Amino acid sequence: MTLTELAQRALAEGISLGRLAVMLESEETGIPLAEIVGRVREMVRVMKSSVSEGLGHMEDSTPVRPGVFERARRSRTGLSGGDAAKVAGRIASGRNLPGNVLLAKSVAYALAVSEVNAAMGKIVAAPTAGSCGVIPGTFLALAEVSGAGEEDLVDALSAAGLIGQVIGERVGLSGAQAGCQAECGSAAAMAAAGLVQLAGGSPEDCIHAAAFALKGLMGLVCDPVAGLVEVPCIKRNATSAAVALASAEMALSGVRSRIPPDEVISAMAQVGRMIPPALRETSQGGLATTPTGLRVSHEMAGKT
Amino acid sequence: MRLLDVLGPVMIGPSSSHTAGAARLGNIARILLGEPPIRARIILHGSFAATYRGHGTDLALVAGLLGFAPDDERIRDSFTWAAREGLEFSVETGDLGDVHPNTARIELTSRSGKGLSVVGSSVGGGKVEITEISGLPVSLTGEKNTIVATYPDKPGVVAGITSILAKVGVNIATMRVARSGRGKTAVCVIEVDQDIPEHVVQEVRRLPMIEKVIVVRAQ
Repeated sequence: MTLTELAQRALAEGISLGRLAVMLESEETGIPLAEIVGRVREMVRVMKSSVSEGLGHMEDSTPVRPGVFERARRSRTGLSGGDAAKVAGRIASGRNLPGNVLLAKSVAYALAVSEVNAAMGKIVAAPTAGSCGVIPGTFLALAEVSGAGEEDLVDALSAAGLIGQVIGERVGLSGAQAGCQAECGSAAAMAAAGLVQLAGGSPEDCIHAAAFALKGLMGLVCDPVAGLVEVPCIKRNATSAAVALASAEMALSGVRSRIPPDEVISAMAQVGRMIPPALRETSQGGLATTPTGLRVSHEMAGKT
Repeated sequence: MRLLDVLGPVMIGPSSSHTAGAARLGNIARILLGEPPIRARIILHGSFAATYRGHGTDLALVAGLLGFAPDDERIRDSFTWAAREGLEFSVETGDLGDVHPNTARIELTSRSGKGLSVVGSSVGGGKVEITEISGLPVSLTGEKNTIVATYPDKPGVVAGITSILAKVGVNIATMRVARSGRGKTAVCVIEVDQDIPEHVVQEVRRLPMIEKVIVVRAQ
């Protein structure tokens, strides 16, 4: 189904995109609606615990000397960890850019979840493990600021999932298939639509928000250093969260994508096919083959 | 693509293919052995071989062999758990030939001395496919309830199994039979649409000539 058809159907039935998503899933699979909603609710809870796991260690080790937390939360390779704490610490001391609390929190939480993932903690792949920080980062930051409750988050996550289904069917959701635009790009589009719904926007606002995010991240390559889900994936989750927020802001203001959302997805699919294999999760180009990227890769290989 | 494929799985990071899928592979290997393993030799191929340390593929495979699910937080410490549970293991890298880049060969021995080798691939998003059981080519994804039966290659054995399934109204979705040679060991992998009640499994086990029946339940 197209995004336009889905938005029209939700509008005609007077339901949210999230509600439509769980209804369609129930119709297709025969799984009772309440069970599907329950599964999504469980994912929202895991997302919350991933964020607090990623940040919680900071609170534990703040009184201790600097660096203690970073060792505690580093990944198995030692390549990543501790950055969420830096951003969260700066917010806590009120030194973030003036008026930038929602964005700063989204960034901190997106980093937190992605760092938990790299450190072999529990996360929800949404849509993938490599892009698991964008949705919880933005959703939970907004919920904290706006006071949205758990059921609102469940509905927003369902709406995000519906957007992901359309992209998944027409483009794919793996870096190997279509580059990072299919992972962090899809995550940002899903998040943007969910944020719009959380803020009370219409189904049409949601799909345009998704289109803005896809346009903003179109062509993003997948070039992981040493083939690992760490560099640059973790920070791309944070920057993709910012794209999602900007996209939601535009859509909620009534801004419309000049290229219809479904045509944007078609363009994304075409771009995905045109991205050379070296930049599709094979670590044969981009950041993976910079002098530093190659050095890290050789060090990792030396460990095996 | 289903909503619950896009959202989820809930898993231990960092990679759905290299970590969650690896745990699932180990898990299915344990189920196919039919008893807890006490020795395991793991050979990693391709991308598994190149990046297993950074992705915790080795930890996840061992966790799977211990019966831990892909979202079990003990995966991080699975080597310690293996020592506690009496599982000795080795992890090596090698070339398994013309197979998917994320492939592992797992050779297992149980306490009672039973042996089994499994070749399986992690094909993306945490999904897996077992392609070989003790040298015989199979296709087993674990996405549907699956019966794996081993028996000597003789006429009528497969008919015996399928007639039991027909009698209880269990519908066969896919079926594949392979043998090591005419009259030698054969394996039959049957994916079905319904649940497989334990009494049905017992009835299949009581068929003449059946050596082993394992049920891999859908996750």
